[in-house]
Amino acid sequence: MLRLPPFDVHLPDELGAALALLAKHGRQARPMQGGTDLVPNLKLGQTKLEHAVLLAGIDELHGIELDDGELRLGAATGLNALAQDPQVQAHLPALAFAASRIASPQIRSMGTLGGNLCLDTRCRYINQSELWRQALGGCLKSHGRECHVVPGGQGCVAALSSDTAPVLIAYGACVHIAGWQDSALVRRHIALADLYDSDGVRHLRLADAEIVTAVRVPLPSANVHVGYRKWAVRKSIDFPLISVALRLERSDTGSLLAGLLVVSVLGPRPRVIDLKALAGRTIDADLAKALGQMAFDRCRPLPNVPYDADYRRERLAVEVRRLCTEMLNL
Amino acid sequence: MTETAPVDSTFLDTTAAEPTRARRLVICRLQVNGEGVAVVAPVHWTLLELLRYQLGLIGSKQGCDKGDCGACTVLLDGKPTLSCITLAVAVQGRCVETVEGLGVGGEPHPLQREFAERGAAQCGFCTPGVLMSAAAYLDELSSSAEPVVRQADIAAALGGNLCRCTGYTKIFEAVHAAATQILQRSKALADTSTDDAS
Ligand SMILES: Cc1cc2nc3c(=O)[nH]c(=O)nc-3n(C[C@H](O)[C@H](O)[C@H](O)COP(=O)(O)OP(=O)(O)OC[C@H]3O[C@@H](n4cnc5c(N)ncnc54)[C@H](O)[C@@H]3O)c2cc1C
Ligand code: SF4
Ligand code: FES
Ligand code: FES
Repeated sequence: MLRLPPFDVHLPDELGAALALLAKHGRQARPMQGGTDLVPNLKLGQTKLEHAVLLAGIDELHGIELDDGELRLGAATGLNALAQDPQVQAHLPALAFAASRIASPQIRSMGTLGGNLCLDTRCRYINQSELWRQALGGCLKSHGRECHVVPGGQGCVAALSSDTAPVLIAYGACVHIAGWQDSALVRRHIALADLYDSDGVRHLRLADAEIVTAVRVPLPSANVHVGYRKWAVRKSIDFPLISVALRLERSDTGSLLAGLLVVSVLGPRPRVIDLKALAGRTIDADLAKALGQMAFDRCRPLPNVPYDADYRRERLAVEVRRLCTEMLNL
Repeated sequence: MTETAPVDSTFLDTTAAEPTRARRLVICRLQVNGEGVAVVAPVHWTLLELLRYQLGLIGSKQGCDKGDCGACTVLLDGKPTLSCITLAVAVQGRCVETVEGLGVGGEPHPLQREFAERGAAQCGFCTPGVLMSAAAYLDELSSSAEPVVRQADIAAALGGNLCRCTGYTKIFEAVHAAATQILQRSKALADTSTDDAS
């Protein structure tokens, strides 16, 4: 039995009210959507809070709309809804696929896009019970001074394990953020890749009273293809142990105009590799091999999540090659 | 609507560790297995705690208690949901179905009958959760335009329920049998109504 430590719960139905609550309680408060990440983390004592601010009642956070050449995905969009939405399937098929591969049917009917993007970072040490962690003492993310997965490490390297973040970065998504300053609502937006920082203790570049309200994704033109692959031990329930999203922009003659390779579950932020160096090459099996090699050379998985880091590095190369091969006939 | 008696203090003793902290009680109003209930509980309680400790519905199991195993699966407005990581206050006004509500009028649901006949439950700890995920699958199947029972769809629908005993084969067979039966029954019904019409 894992009981939740006591905290208060707020159910605001307006964005301003939610932000005012978050501003009032500062670090003692957190927004909650599906709770599928936050509740287990609270139960494991990994996160502590006094006030949970539930966002489900805020209308603005809901809905998927086509608007001015972009698809606007509200932060409260459910993961199943995302996977099954006809517009997402038509315009952003790799996102629908990534959402359909998250966790289990139950978690996909509870979890949301906003929660998925703001998922806490994970590692072999921190995602254990409090009792288990006590045996080693705290770490940088939990009132201690050392990292237990990279001994001697100066920073926390817990990994971002979100399935939608890498693929949305490959689609060029932008996150819309609302905050509270001097008792007023303020809004800003940034490229999704810039939401993430390299410190696993505080990996989101959000102020205390800021929340993600929506994601806007420009509709890709016909020559742009995005794909996603996730490697996990089981087909269901498991978080990715390595994940890759690939964006290829194809010329009329079938060569690569531009592209991005996004590798995730390395550390607190996804690694974005611009494929400029490969521009002009024919999109074929050789390119798939070259991309696999490039991923191997440029990325070094750490022993932060389960499975041997060297194996994950080799696996990464294989996943990139397979992903590109799958995309050859698009 | 059933207003429950004063809160059973044995279960409110989550305060023991930190006796000084004030704790808010709330009245949660929801539909459970078709009946409206209003239950007083601490605001940070999960739906599973509410079901088990306030309503005495101990069919839904407290397994891992952190979202990994599916033993606590209930239907929330028809969708399979993990009650161990759902806050009870967050589901105010909504419809919850638990394994206790699966059979009708004392009769087991076709799924329950098939599970019993085919030995799809061994220790039985996972069974209530598996049944609720299977019930959600049957609902989706019956509402699809051209329903076909597929092994792969059954496995996907039960992908969030762990079973340490059966090896899943008998569970899949039982769900397959119940699904086939239900489709045959609704087809027979549809045939009779077309006959009536002609
Ligand atoms: C068994 C299990 C398996 C899982 N497998 C996967 C998997 O394979 N892939 C995967 O990606 N995830 C997985 N998850 C994690 C999680 O279920 C999903 O990422 C889900 O999308 C989280 O969404 P939520 O709405 O439940 O988030 P919540 O738990 O409500 O929130 C998550 C975090 O984001 C913050 N937050 C929520 N909304 C906002 C907002 N609008 N603005 C700012 N911050 C916000 C919260 O404060 C919290 O820190 C798994 C979880 C479990 C328990
Ligand atoms: S990576 Fe190191 S510092 Fe970060 S949570 Fe894990 S053990 Fe702690
Ligand atoms: S008890 Fe809820 S998922 Fe295990
Ligand atoms: S029957 Fe024992 S866990 Fe499934």
